[in-house]
Amino acid sequence: MTPTHLERLIQLLAKLPGLGPRSARRAALHLLRKRESLMQPLAAALTEAADKVRGCSVCGNLDTVDPCGLCQDSRRDGTILCVVEEVADLWALERTGAFKGRYHVLGGVLSALDGVGPDQLAIDPLVARAGTDGVKEVILAMGATVDGQTTAHYIADRLGQLGLSVTRLAHGVPVGGELDYLDDGTLAAALRARRPL
Amino acid sequence: MSIVRSSARSADDLTLVPRAHPRGAATCVARISLTEFRCYRSAVLDIDPRPVVLTGPNGAGKTNLLEAISMLAPGRGLRRARLDELDRWMPGQTPGRGPAWAVAARILVPAGSHDVGTGRDPTDETVRRVVRIDGRAARGQTALAGLLTVLWLTPAMDRLFNDRAGERRRFLDRLVYGLDPEHAERVSAYDHALRERAHLLRAERAPDPAWLDVLEAKMAEGGVAIAAARRILVQRLNAVMEDGPGIFPRARLGVSGATDEWLDTMPALAAEEKLAAALGTSRGHDREAGGALHGPHRADLSVVHAGKGLPAREASTGEQKALLVAIVLAQAAMLSQVRGRTPILLLDEVAAHLDARRREALFDVLLALGAQCWLAGTDEATFAELGSAAQFVRVRDAMLAPAPEGTSR
Ligand SMILES: Nc1ncnc2c1ncn2[C@@H]1O[C@H](COP(=O)(O)OP(=O)(O)OP(=O)(O)O)[C@@H](O)[C@H]1O
Ligand SMILES: [Mg+2]
Ligand SMILES: [Zn+2]
Repeated sequence: MTPTHLERLIQLLAKLPGLGPRSARRAALHLLRKRESLMQPLAAALTEAADKVRGCSVCGNLDTVDPCGLCQDSRRDGTILCVVEEVADLWALERTGAFKGRYHVLGGVLSALDGVGPDQLAIDPLVARAGTDGVKEVILAMGATVDGQTTAHYIADRLGQLGLSVTRLAHGVPVGGELDYLDDGTLAAALRARRPL
Repeated sequence: MSIVRSSARSADDLTLVPRAHPRGAATCVARISLTEFRCYRSAVLDIDPRPVVLTGPNGAGKTNLLEAISMLAPGRGLRRARLDELDRWMPGQTPGRGPAWAVAARILVPAGSHDVGTGRDPTDETVRRVVRIDGRAARGQTALAGLLTVLWLTPAMDRLFNDRAGERRRFLDRLVYGLDPEHAERVSAYDHALRERAHLLRAERAPDPAWLDVLEAKMAEGGVAIAAARRILVQRLNAVMEDGPGIFPRARLGVSGATDEWLDTMPALAAEEKLAAALGTSRGHDREAGGALHGPHRADLSVVHAGKGLPAREASTGEQKALLVAIVLAQAAMLSQVRGRTPILLLDEVAAHLDARRREALFDVLLALGAQCWLAGTDEATFAELGSAAQFVRVRDAMLAPAPEGTSR
């Protein structure tokens, strides 16, 4: 590997969330030291994931099959829909094991300043889904940020005519916090104690 | 803890110094260290709970030290600086790229002590502030609000009463944070919704009315809560100043603004509805003019010199200063009463602008408050009356040297 290859690797690693240039250099060295046991399997896993993993056309989850494993799982309760901002939030809720319904990933939150409007999010598909499929309850599990809460209220208004029960997570979700940061216990408790929006 | 070292003082001076003020319970800084902060490469200062007097020539680093202390509270500190402005300048170095600033302090609180550290995150590309409390990373700056409250008065605030309303609002909101730490979150959420709405209104495409409805509902809810919190603060401060010491002019505070006045005549829920409706009908206006015609972001803090019945902006420079001092002292007293905790006071070049009588009164009040107070000025003589009730620190070329007891007067 010439220095420019190495630099390119470091530059790319530094683009990962939570890695600055310093930790990227450390990670690159570590990978090179574990060439066979880590670097090559990682490279293969990256190629394969880039090739096979797709967004689920129903819920927006990431999986190698479409619809995703969760959407195909007939044991899950199709009458409850949990709406989350990002796939990471879906995974965080799955880790708690406390939710047995189905999910809907929005792909972000409303933010005029970031140019994200209702059309950029999976809101129309959500309204369509909630109106069919025998859905009885929609849980809006947005983070407690201003944009997250604006989005939750906006969706609640859009779902208003459907006669569903629309709930949100109980407090305990810290202000400005994202679900992915919460420990599983807090998240499960917030889910159990959900209340009407 | 003995505050007055009687050996160094004559009996006459002692009458100035209350012996039994509640020092033991006050929150204070016991040690502060600055690294790569403004003009300081590295400096450490150990102090006791007495007032700290910082003296030194212009440009020595007095205000910078006060600013470092102000960073122990949430927010941007007493100069409202950007995080990378606090890094020490180095020749040829882009700010924010060189060594990151850090301020560490040991804080004594009634229940014990805490080690607090804060600074620009040196590991992150984005300019970000980190906070550590007792060796553990805190999730955000707000954790600091639970530990200590810092109040300040700086020369930059001298024109407050003649400045733009925005400056007074900011001053008012900072007073509210001391009483109600959630106010900071409330104001930033409100401002965010306000900006989002303004952006939507000005977009090329006709904005989604449902989205605007939601933002306006949020603004109404948060906005009325902001106005209500400001009212409570103003009422409490006015009550404290009613029976405050007579030497400082009594200030009578008020908040003027439509939303604030609605709260005089209707319950909060009705005011929320009214604000939401007002925002709804002013969309056309706000699209043209930007911002929003209604809401607590249009309010102003009004201050009246109670003795003269004169708006503060009509008072003399010295009177305005004395009014500001009165407000900050009232805030400190109110916080001790209501929240049971004494704030840390940073008074930059305050003593020099007061006449001798007011200056002595200020020292009296400060000592009686029992709050740790940091006083900065160029001339040691200004603080002579404090004697050994205070500790003197000389600041020279970004170096800190505690003056030996008894030599500084
Ligand atoms: N980021 C920085 N890096 C290095 N030096 C700085 C930085 N910011 C300000 N300074 C310098 O620090 C010096 C001390 O400033 P400071 O405001 O603390 O002085 P002071 O003792 O309060 O003086 P005065 O009596 O005039 O108010 C000034 O010369 C200023 O230019
Ligand atoms: Mg100064
Ligand atoms: Zn799916």
